[in-house]
Amino acid sequence: MKFTHKFIATAALAMLGTSAFAQAGETVKIAWIDPLSGLMAPVGSNQLKTFQFFAEKFNANNPAKVKFEIVGFDNKLSPAESLNAMQAAMDQGIRYISQGNGSSVAGAIIEAVNKHNERNPGKEVIFLNHSAVDPDFTNSKCSFWHFRFDADTSMKIEAMTTFMKDKTDIKKVYLFNQNYSHGHQVAKYAKENLSRKRPDIQIVGEDLHPLAQVRDFSPYIAKIKASGADTVITGNWGSDLALLVKAANEGGYTGKFYTYYTGVSGTPTALGKNGEGKVFQISYGHYNMGGQYQKWMDEFNAKFKDDIYTFSMANILNSLSLAMAKAKSTDPVKVAFALEGLKFQSFAGENEIRKSDHQMQQTMFLTVWQKADKKYPYSAENTGMTLAPVQKYEPYVASTPTSCQMKRPG
Amino acid sequence: MEFFVISTLNGLSYGLLLFMLSSGLTLIFSMMGVLNFAHASFYMIGAYIGFTLNSVLGFWTALFVAPVLAGLLGAFFEKFCLRRVHKFGHVPELLITFGLSYVVLEIVQLVWGRTAVEFQPPMVLQGPAFTLIQNSVNGLSLVWGAASPELCQAADVAVRVLCSPFPATRAFMMLVAVSMMFGLWLLLTKTRVGLVIQAALTHPEMVESLGHNVPRVFMSVFGVGTALAGLAGVIGGSTFVTEPAMAATVGSVIFVVVVVGGMGSLAGAFLASLLIGIVQTFAVALDYSVLSLLQNMGIAVGVASQDNALLKLTISQVAPILPYLFLVLILIFRPRGLLGKRET
Repeated sequence: MKFTHKFIATAALAMLGTSAFAQAGETVKIAWIDPLSGLMAPVGSNQLKTFQFFAEKFNANNPAKVKFEIVGFDNKLSPAESLNAMQAAMDQGIRYISQGNGSSVAGAIIEAVNKHNERNPGKEVIFLNHSAVDPDFTNSKCSFWHFRFDADTSMKIEAMTTFMKDKTDIKKVYLFNQNYSHGHQVAKYAKENLSRKRPDIQIVGEDLHPLAQVRDFSPYIAKIKASGADTVITGNWGSDLALLVKAANEGGYTGKFYTYYTGVSGTPTALGKNGEGKVFQISYGHYNMGGQYQKWMDEFNAKFKDDIYTFSMANILNSLSLAMAKAKSTDPVKVAFALEGLKFQSFAGENEIRKSDHQMQQTMFLTVWQKADKKYPYSAENTGMTLAPVQKYEPYVASTPTSCQMKRPG
Repeated sequence: MEFFVISTLNGLSYGLLLFMLSSGLTLIFSMMGVLNFAHASFYMIGAYIGFTLNSVLGFWTALFVAPVLAGLLGAFFEKFCLRRVHKFGHVPELLITFGLSYVVLEIVQLVWGRTAVEFQPPMVLQGPAFTLIQNSVNGLSLVWGAASPELCQAADVAVRVLCSPFPATRAFMMLVAVSMMFGLWLLLTKTRVGLVIQAALTHPEMVESLGHNVPRVFMSVFGVGTALAGLAGVIGGSTFVTEPAMAATVGSVIFVVVVVGGMGSLAGAFLASLLIGIVQTFAVALDYSVLSLLQNMGIAVGVASQDNALLKLTISQVAPILPYLFLVLILIFRPRGLLGKRET
């Protein structure tokens, strides 16, 4: 009798604060808001599959014993559509939002989340940014509700230029980027870092083109060739990079490309056997990570005939479950506090979600496009080519200071 | 120099593709007085049917069959939809083509998906058509096909060699457009059919009373116009990208072409297509802004205005909106277009 009373009391308590305890088997829904239509749709659908695949893996075993469910929303790469999707997600009771394609979209989501959380105490949502890399999000626009799991542009360019510093064959650089916040930041940081590390390098040209609009890059390639540039630095992604390298091949451009997103859908196929040893990528992960992740990549490839490149999604689920276990709750506010300063192991080594600005500090890899071999066997989009690591940078190398003045709730 | 040649060729090939589309549009307009909003949708249909046939029957068959199918669809649409609303006047006609463009977009997304499909041109067209070699000693020379690596590599460090291949797909695009234009010209000016069409353009009642079936003439013109769009689709789709937004992107540009060239004028459409193709290609290369213009003129600009986003905007950045700027200017200063005859 006594036992039943106790049981009912505990059950009632648990019912009262459903969000107060992380319960074994509790479902945590994450709304993924990214493009599933338009030119960037291949990137979006790959990432949704990746996220759901990782969720399945982490559901089998995670410290908080929760079940992750990824709910996909198509935002057509538009900030306005994204806010509608976000509202729809919140109406379904989803408290975790994840997005990454386009800093233009991420900026709108951060503002909307800030506003929502201010007006709806007790219904806070948090924004898990998997790929939007505008440094402002962890500096002037930093928010307690935003966590970035990719490395921001200041970090990527820091690592990229550390590599370029010793490449004496680089003399003339062309900056080619998309005309929105992300592209502007890449150009800005590239100029800043190059003038600091290699003042002898000449910036022979700079271009900003519309995001996800250009079908034909050959006029730009003719311009880059005419400028005499031996190296192009570009933060382009998706179709904007795939069509750019396609036009470069067709137009006979022989210079080097330093990119952020060579591994992203479409570009490996567009490159094919071309560009061997000429296309570089700076990223926090690559195709040949080894260990458990390699097995997952192979399994993903066998299942979907596609490659995993958004590794940050694994870091999101990993750190989220650690934070939920630490906070003993799935309540976003408690989880957000638990995420701050969280240190965890990932495929690349030790990471820390920096408390001061919520930017994850992580290892960076500089990789080069080359034939898949015994050492680096993963064939990207079945091209027989791969991205092989040339240089690994420990988190401190690419770490950049922040100007964030974080306002915390309570 | 070789930059100029390659850019001109890029601009011409894009312009000619636009002409393949706008010629049909302008023919239909001059005949029925209807701007076919769904014209670019037939371009997309051509590309997608071409893509499907390409994997089954091969590219060359697709190149012939896809335009025919697109043309049949167009003729069918004219006979059973457009003709029925004709008696209600121009606005319902306009609206029905507008509606069709949405229906086509949704159908394409249902059948082929929302992402781009991989429409590969045949092997013959995958390499370069010719390569321009700019040698700082020997000057400019031309090699058919791909140039050997030895030719593109300078033996001497002091000699600068630059190889610029021109893709065969673009050369093919130009070839098809020019032969299509020639064929169209022959058809309209040298044949009986052409005579009837030309007469039906201006005096439909007279032609009808002479015993010709004017509605059938209209239907076949609509069919031929959409078939030309379909042909452009097969070529454009394999050269650029085949995806659901392709109709929307060229759709707005071909309206600009038709308005700038003069509504209903084939020669005007040709001129405007080339003009817009070349302007868009070259604008990309021009890094001039209002700020640099002022500085070149020796006008001192304050530090604050040097950071002004509007002043810093370069021509290459505004390249995508230039056609629409053209459209507005033409409508203000020459509403009938470059070669248009009718005053509207």
